[in-house]
Amino acid sequence: MNLLKFGNIRRGKDSSDRVGQFMLISYIILFLIFLVLPLVALISKSLQNKEGEFIGLANYNLYLQEPALFQSLFNSLFVAISSTIIVVILAFLFSYALTRTCMPFKGFFKLIALIPLLSPSILAAIALVYWFGNQGVLKEVLLGKSIYGPIGIIMASVYWTFPHALIILTTSLSLSDSRLYEAAEVLKTSKLRAFFTITIPGARYGIISTAFVIFTQVFTDFGVPKVIGGNYNVLATDIYKEVVGMQNFQMGAVISMVLLVPAMIAFFIDRYSRKKQISLLTARSVVFKPKKHFKVDMIMLAFCSALALIIILMIGMAQYGAIVKFWPYNLNLTLKNYNFEVAGLGWDSFYNSVRLAFYAAVFGTIIIFVGAYLIEKLRINEGTRNVVQFFALMPMAVPGLVLGLAYIFFFNAKDNPLNFIYATMIILVVNTIVHFYTVSHLTAVTALKQMDKEFESVSLSLKIPIYKMFWRVTLPVCLPPIFDVSIYLFVNAMTTVSGVIFLYSYDTTLASVSAIHLDEQGEVAKAAAMAMLIVYVSIAVRLTHTIITKKILRKTQAWRYNIIDTS
Amino acid sequence: MTEQKNNTYLAVNNLSKSFGNFEAIKNIGIDIKEGEFVCFLGPSGCGKTTLLRCIAGLETQTSGSVIQKDIDISHEPPSNRDFGIVFQSYALFPNLSVFSNISYGLINNKWKKDDIKKRVDELLDLVNLTEHASKYPSQLSGGEQQRVALARALATSPGLLLLDEPLSALDAKVRVFLRKQIRDLQRKLGVTTIMVTHDQEEAQTMADRIFVMNEGEIIQSGTPSEIYTKANSPFIASFIGSMNFIPATIDSSKKVKCNNIEINCDTSSFTENDSVQLAVRPEEIYFKQENQDDNVISATIKEIEFLGSFQRVYFEAKSFSNELIIVDVPSANARKIKLIIDEEINLYFSKQDARIYST
Repeated sequence: MNLLKFGNIRRGKDSSDRVGQFMLISYIILFLIFLVLPLVALISKSLQNKEGEFIGLANYNLYLQEPALFQSLFNSLFVAISSTIIVVILAFLFSYALTRTCMPFKGFFKLIALIPLLSPSILAAIALVYWFGNQGVLKEVLLGKSIYGPIGIIMASVYWTFPHALIILTTSLSLSDSRLYEAAEVLKTSKLRAFFTITIPGARYGIISTAFVIFTQVFTDFGVPKVIGGNYNVLATDIYKEVVGMQNFQMGAVISMVLLVPAMIAFFIDRYSRKKQISLLTARSVVFKPKKHFKVDMIMLAFCSALALIIILMIGMAQYGAIVKFWPYNLNLTLKNYNFEVAGLGWDSFYNSVRLAFYAAVFGTIIIFVGAYLIEKLRINEGTRNVVQFFALMPMAVPGLVLGLAYIFFFNAKDNPLNFIYATMIILVVNTIVHFYTVSHLTAVTALKQMDKEFESVSLSLKIPIYKMFWRVTLPVCLPPIFDVSIYLFVNAMTTVSGVIFLYSYDTTLASVSAIHLDEQGEVAKAAAMAMLIVYVSIAVRLTHTIITKKILRKTQAWRYNIIDTS
Repeated sequence: MTEQKNNTYLAVNNLSKSFGNFEAIKNIGIDIKEGEFVCFLGPSGCGKTTLLRCIAGLETQTSGSVIQKDIDISHEPPSNRDFGIVFQSYALFPNLSVFSNISYGLINNKWKKDDIKKRVDELLDLVNLTEHASKYPSQLSGGEQQRVALARALATSPGLLLLDEPLSALDAKVRVFLRKQIRDLQRKLGVTTIMVTHDQEEAQTMADRIFVMNEGEIIQSGTPSEIYTKANSPFIASFIGSMNFIPATIDSSKKVKCNNIEINCDTSSFTENDSVQLAVRPEEIYFKQENQDDNVISATIKEIEFLGSFQRVYFEAKSFSNELIIVDVPSANARKIKLIIDEEINLYFSKQDARIYST
């Protein structure tokens, strides 16, 4: 063998490792600029007076002495906890029906249950206004109580968070070992006892995780209480009022901290329980297959049908409201509500939203996937890796409203060299990517973990640079999860409100934000129309995604389907 | 047969590797000759894979050096070293066909298309997979996939072939078949090969030389038969093949005393009152006396296990050992002698076959 080439070779680490190390360090710098420093700016703002002088915890003191503000904290906790309890129960039963029974039309129910994911959270609030508002169809059902307040917030929150809970619980319930049930049956255990001793403990961490995720979502949500909260103040609307209404940035920062802390605690409990969940299912487990049980199947069918009907009625009402001439006096159909010029808006905000979603999906997917690859597959200094991993998980714990406010404080500062991105599309894109970083990152990491960890070693032994391997093997193999991540970013960028409410400018108004403003101006029909536009785009993108997965992926994923002639 | 050259192809000197406080390998030194097939053999966690990965450059040693063909490669990245590697998990690229997998390393070395085709065909022929060239890995059996991985590793004609438990994920029959195929291929190509395995049978059938490892150290090296017959510790004696261990002491007449019985064997390296372990392999115990000075034990048959080509018989001999004594009897012999439970019978083993280890 010719080994002469060893005479004049480079010394030291492999170049791809060095490049990887360098790239990861730039990730750290980016996270510092776009996540950590803004939060630092937020915290320091909460410790300053209007003149920018450090005054310690004086603002917090002020906050505690303001009964109205303090009341909002209890209001927030009340609606968040109530919604969480209701959602967890409903979603648990629904996912139980999907995973553990032989109920018919499972595919259909799954599809319907995911509908709320396609719309901004305010859509539910708008639909409720049509159903139960002052001029609502079913106003009497509330027995004189107003929908504008905790009832409305809880109902709308349950609607839009339901699919999130369903996804976690379905995963958790499908991870179950059928051998356990067989063992219980052999030991003559009753079905009910098996449910409480096997099913519930098995799904325990899934339930805990769901509860904390939903709690955080409702606790930090801005759109729903804004639209249907009436005079019932919560933390999120208080921040908005302090900042936008009274220009009291310091108090906005203080309330943001009050919002941030429970969200952070919830986040850590959620992470902890997810780690526990994984260890429950071993490689030797046999996946549970439900058996027919007529009575249970029918009860579940009735239950799921009722929920599906509610979901359809909600989105259906929003659509109906959007095309009715003048609710409730003239119920003739019209498309004039889609003409936003009248309200001085035009369709610009819609196009802006699509642009934002597109940029966030394209750049976000690239950045997140490459980052996950560097962490997972290269031989990088352990410390650097851990820092990036930590930063990648952090955005999940930061409510969108808080991140948005932090961005104002940091990027709007005159001496910040990045000041120029303030009030541009760039800051919206960056904010959206950072806000939705964690879930995308975890999806990418999971996909990469499933690839043989020796691919990189094989490549090195064959003298193939890592980037070529990445291009020829990793990327094609990971295409499905990459598409998933981009869809996730796109749809969330379309629907998010809380992340961007502080950051849009005159040139970069967004559809979801416009819907809120239209509602504020009493243009409920136009608000519904705007919200529905977001739904149409989300549906279109999902459909495209499905077609791409079926058609184009067939080519790159031929190996998955074994369609090559084996003769 | 390839002639044994005496020049060292790969030398590992004083190599150590720690992960935090854990010392995975400790001060390892080995020499491997050109064309040699060596095995690192040991239980899981003994550091054998870490040693292999250090040689490949996939792990960086804490101290020590690796010399390949007189060139110090200790600090070279894997891409600058000359080796091919096969993993237990095959690590075949799932989205590439068998052909593309094998040609993967050739494309980068700027080979012409025709030459690549020729080389891949040659390799496919070598591992008997010619008709599978256009298939994807998932359409092949485990054994076939591992042959593709082998062909891919050999494609660039590396000077050193590293095999990391290549057969462990396969079922027994395929494993035996591939053992021979890999060994034949290695002889034919004369490529220096290091294989890591925890399977002593695999090591014994394939290797020219075995390095037995435990707890990060090489505790014995030698040809398969040397390791088997002259195991230098009870650990190796029990790890390679099976062994009866009987607690004993050296008595005043320099004989080994097990319970009430004195055993003839070479005790030259021990002194009186040493507490030792007498070790006898199950297949070295007979039912007939062969030499004048053979040791004799009277024992009772307690249990018989039928293991195909031989039968494993458990004897009780309280005067000799508190544990049951295992004797392997070839099935052909067992048919001649009738073995009946609770029957008493005399067991013989020669002076040479009785080993003693200090405890």
